[in-house]
Amino acid sequence: MAELTLKSSRFRAEREADWKRLDALMEKVEKRGAKSLSDAELLAIPVLYRATLSSLSVARATSLDRGVTDYLEALSTRAYFFVYGARSTLFERLGRFFAVDWPRAVQSIWRETLLSAAIQIVAAVTAGWLVLKDPDWFYAFISRDLAGGRDPSASTAFLRDSLYTKVDGNDPLSFFAAYLFTHNAQIALMAFALGFAFCAPTVLILAANGCMLGAVLVLFATHGLAFQQGGWLLIHGVTELFAITLAGAAGFRIGWTLIFPGEKSRLEAAGDAGRTAATAAVGVVLMLLVAGMLESFARQLITDDWTRYGVAAVTAVVWFGYFYWPRSRRAA
Amino acid sequence: MSLSGAFVPDKMQRELITPEGVDLRLQLADGGQRAGAFIIDIVILLVSLLLIGWAKSALMGVVSRPVKEIVAVIWTIFVFLAMNGYFIAFELRPRAATPGKRILGIRVAARHGGRLTADAVFARNAMRLLEVWGPLMLILMGFAQALVSQGRGEPVDSWMFLLSFIWMGIFVFFPLFNRDRLRAGDLLAGTWVVRAPKQKLIADLSVDGAEHGGRFRFSREQLEAYGVKELHVLEEVLRKSDRRTMRAVAERIQRKIAWTDDPGIFDQDFLSAYYAALRQRLEQRLLFGHRRKDKFDKA
Repeated sequence: MAELTLKSSRFRAEREADWKRLDALMEKVEKRGAKSLSDAELLAIPVLYRATLSSLSVARATSLDRGVTDYLEALSTRAYFFVYGARSTLFERLGRFFAVDWPRAVQSIWRETLLSAAIQIVAAVTAGWLVLKDPDWFYAFISRDLAGGRDPSASTAFLRDSLYTKVDGNDPLSFFAAYLFTHNAQIALMAFALGFAFCAPTVLILAANGCMLGAVLVLFATHGLAFQQGGWLLIHGVTELFAITLAGAAGFRIGWTLIFPGEKSRLEAAGDAGRTAATAAVGVVLMLLVAGMLESFARQLITDDWTRYGVAAVTAVVWFGYFYWPRSRRAA
Repeated sequence: MSLSGAFVPDKMQRELITPEGVDLRLQLADGGQRAGAFIIDIVILLVSLLLIGWAKSALMGVVSRPVKEIVAVIWTIFVFLAMNGYFIAFELRPRAATPGKRILGIRVAARHGGRLTADAVFARNAMRLLEVWGPLMLILMGFAQALVSQGRGEPVDSWMFLLSFIWMGIFVFFPLFNRDRLRAGDLLAGTWVVRAPKQKLIADLSVDGAEHGGRFRFSREQLEAYGVKELHVLEEVLRKSDRRTMRAVAERIQRKIAWTDDPGIFDQDFLSAYYAALRQRLEQRLLFGHRRKDKFDKA
């Protein structure tokens, strides 16, 4: 090899080995994860990273070989994301989600949760009152397909049966659960995502849900079945309604922040709100998974009213305790 | 390729100062890369779902009833998790990129340069439901309904279609209408998508040029003809080493610097020698604090 005449070539030749070593280590990490590194390699990375970064500074100032500056820029960026990025495994992250992130996100949107619950209650009361005045209103809130015969024209006996039907072996019970779950989860995620449109669609989804609830409650109540239906509804409803309320609350958090970002820039405020709301929304999907299970298994298998109320009470205690039990801030 | 950085306009460059105080000069991923990565991911997702779905129906044919039910449940939940969890699971890993993004050398990063947190990944991907899956579902449903109405000879309700397309269109083209190429999900999550390509360290051209250095002697005036910009163009020409381009470039340089020696030389030898000499000259001036931008820079 000819003698290197350029200073920048000598600079490169002196440091090339370090860069290539870092490059190889990054390659290994990206292919097989941080676990594949030995202790010595793990300790070497930050040192090599800093050396490479300083090479980059020098190269920018003294070298006109673009091959080198481009290479160092790309390598430093890759190493930067490794050195300063998240290195916890998927499972550690999931653990943190359940222990800290999820309850904290739910706690922090408590105002929105109250608003979301209030909207549903107002809608339910209004719809219930309307149906009480004129049963024809029922069809305004619930389509005939969905009602499946449980409408104002139905007999008390039929309605009672619909609350206690034991499922025979042919009914694909668990499939029903899975279907309910995906259906509800899509709606809940929509309520969250639509907060992006300044809350309005979220209000509509919540109001529609409240109206359906109110209409059905009044229908059964007029037949003297309020207590029995309460058990039928609450056994999964505590979880499901709570989940929907939280999804709506997450949507409100986003929409509200987009309208009134406060002291931060709108973009920054939206980012903060979005991350909190998204954590709550992912939790909502998990709650709905539980609700779907309760709805199709527990409700069909348990037909005693008091037991149904008992299960409902247990779910209520579990959820409220999990979310709102005071925790130390140091847990983060 | 390694030199494609040269073609990325500077408005895609963003400052990211590391704790060590060096600006990494991040390049944002452009619209084409984002779309390409998404299409690759969708194809991977759909093909694997189709394959697994096919295996599932084959399985359904042979098992007994209760098992069938369990399979159906697992399948329904699996599809939901796959559609929503694919992006989340890959972006939660240290490389913060789905396979599509990896192939195109891009990754997700937090906008303020810190750690990419799990909630940010949730947020940017939960928004996909609003951006893509929701309207897509409406379009497919509308399409199915249209087929039914057409079969019955009823008028097709095209409003739903149009609105769904507009809805999806707004979100799909959203990144093209803001400076940082943010998708609605990125905006909400405080993330952006940057280029983090792997690059090979390519050979130093000046070494090659210096080997021929003895045969070529350039006068000072001849080396004053160009600046850094032209040097980089020359570097690119040499790396591509296309014979016809090199011929043309060599001719232009020879005319410009009034090169009279030996017309029988190889273009490549001449060009790499000139490259090495020019780089040496320009780097020397750089060390003295002057970066000569281009040939018009007379200072």
